[in-house]
Amino acid sequence: MTTTTTSPASRNGSTSPGSPLAVRCKGVTKAFGAGDTKVVALRGVDLEVPAGELMMLVGPSGCGKTTLISVIAGILDRDAGDCEVFGIDFQDLSSGQRTKLRGKNIGFVFQQFNLLPTLTAAENVAVPLMILGEGRHDAVKKGTELLGRVGLGDRGKSLPSQLSGGQQQRVAIARALVHNPKLIVCDEPTSALDHETGHRVMELLRKIASEDNRTLLIVTHDSRIFSFADRIARMDDGHIEKIARTAEEIYGSAAAH
Amino acid sequence: MNFVALKMLVGDRLKYLGLVGGLAFAALLVTQQASIFTGYALRTGAWIRDTSSADLWIMDPQQEHTDDQKRMISTSLQRIRSVDGVDWAVPMFKGYMPARLADGRVHQIRVVGLDDATLEGAPPGMQVGSLADLRSDRAVFINRTDTDKKLALRSADGTTRPITVGDRIDINDHDTVVAGIYTKSSEFFWEPVIYTTYSRALRIAPPERKQLQFVLAKLRPGADVAAVQKQITDTTGLAAYTRDQFESITMWFILIQTGILINFGITIALGFVIGVLVSALLLYTFMLEHSRHFAALKAMGASSWRLIRMVGLQVLIVGAAGFGIGIGGAAITGKFFAGGDLAFAMVWQIPVFGAAAILCCCLVAGGLSLIRVLRLEPGIVFKS
Repeated sequence: MTTTTTSPASRNGSTSPGSPLAVRCKGVTKAFGAGDTKVVALRGVDLEVPAGELMMLVGPSGCGKTTLISVIAGILDRDAGDCEVFGIDFQDLSSGQRTKLRGKNIGFVFQQFNLLPTLTAAENVAVPLMILGEGRHDAVKKGTELLGRVGLGDRGKSLPSQLSGGQQQRVAIARALVHNPKLIVCDEPTSALDHETGHRVMELLRKIASEDNRTLLIVTHDSRIFSFADRIARMDDGHIEKIARTAEEIYGSAAAH
Repeated sequence: MNFVALKMLVGDRLKYLGLVGGLAFAALLVTQQASIFTGYALRTGAWIRDTSSADLWIMDPQQEHTDDQKRMISTSLQRIRSVDGVDWAVPMFKGYMPARLADGRVHQIRVVGLDDATLEGAPPGMQVGSLADLRSDRAVFINRTDTDKKLALRSADGTTRPITVGDRIDINDHDTVVAGIYTKSSEFFWEPVIYTTYSRALRIAPPERKQLQFVLAKLRPGADVAAVQKQITDTTGLAAYTRDQFESITMWFILIQTGILINFGITIALGFVIGVLVSALLLYTFMLEHSRHFAALKAMGASSWRLIRMVGLQVLIVGAAGFGIGIGGAAITGKFFAGGDLAFAMVWQIPVFGAAAILCCCLVAGGLSLIRVLRLEPGIVFKS
């Protein structure tokens, strides 16, 4: 595994006392269904992520990672507990305010990229700006510029189907960055990519986090990218079992390798 | 975001064309059938519109349409003439009779007998001859469209030639001579109409006690139409209709009795249902396939109102394109068959009605799709 740049945040298991918090969750619970079919996804999650940190959420399938980032991003309502993003509790906001705030402050990178297949790469990158009300020409211009930053300056007019998986994910990363969000939520950003491409994508994300002081919250199963994290939170059965700065601390030396 | 909505829509050409095609088919079916229905409906009153400048048509109250054979006694004419407010009134004969052509073939025809003195109620135009020629010995007028079709003469060798002025027609065993060829609007009924004078028509027709079919009356200037109608009815017991009223009575009788109203209604309704089903199905499938993308847009901050506008725009675009193609197709059909026997009348109400029908299709289809989009859980974007 490749070592990466250090982060402005703490490299031990706890947060720096002086760093402003990007995410603060306390006792967050969330269940789906009711009665016999009730499934408890989160059982009192406590989590603090300082601004500028790259935190990875790891754990077995069904442990609640995706539910947690959905709650943090204001996509799902929690049942109990507190959860704030940059000091704002999404649950205190109306649906419209929540959507607006999410559009402005949070960028998303999805496992399946979710690029619009009929839009060019530059147009895809421009979508968040257009959602925020920017004109098409300006938005696409900015999208094209940002594509250059992720190494796809010459592919602005390509459709997603004309790009490789790694290139598509880089377009998705550019899309997540174009509106300058303070928090970027990534769901399995490398699982659909081969090792080398995944590594390059993570280098890019790492660079983005450190250069622009953005907070990255990455859900992943991919142990090959753990070294890019400032901290790793291991989840199991709806709660955070352990937070550490390396995979070795989380899984033990042998398991981590 | 309109740009994104449009690109999402037209990006998948096959689905886009399918959507437009479905709505175009519905629009074609609805507007074309409505135009043909209107064409038939208008044809039912064509003879009334063509016939006279008279203000009132007076007839037996049981008369249900223009070709109904319920006649009045001849003295009715004098009684109508004596009604206050009537300027003039003339008799008109109309009846079915057999006609034998020079080649021996027999046709059922309609004979119209016009008042000998005034020839009031004459056909709207003459192609060959003049109206006064009807007063010549044994004279009859035939319609231009019948000359080389229904009344065309066959030779022994199988060839045909148009019947023309000077040819003879034996009507109910009475010898007549074609003295003129007239033009008229296409009618709902198909038997050839042959015009002659009233007195000659009575001589040709089988003798009956009642032979007066219609009385055409003109009102004095300033006379109240409704009052005169009432007075005629009170005095004679006959029905007195304006042209519009008689046209309406004829139209509804024919439309209902022939089942045209029901049949065309069913076809138009089917077109609408097919349109709704096809467009709803295709649009719903389109939304289903794009649900991840809509969810991604939601996750990225697109509000429900913005998504409604996006879906609304997509539906409007396919609706407008489908309607345009459909109504264009219907108009081309009408133009193509304009010279033939197809009854086709695309009055201005039909595009409006068609647009409303397609708008309904779109609202139903778009509504179903919107429910899907609005209920989308943006969290699905996190699922692989």
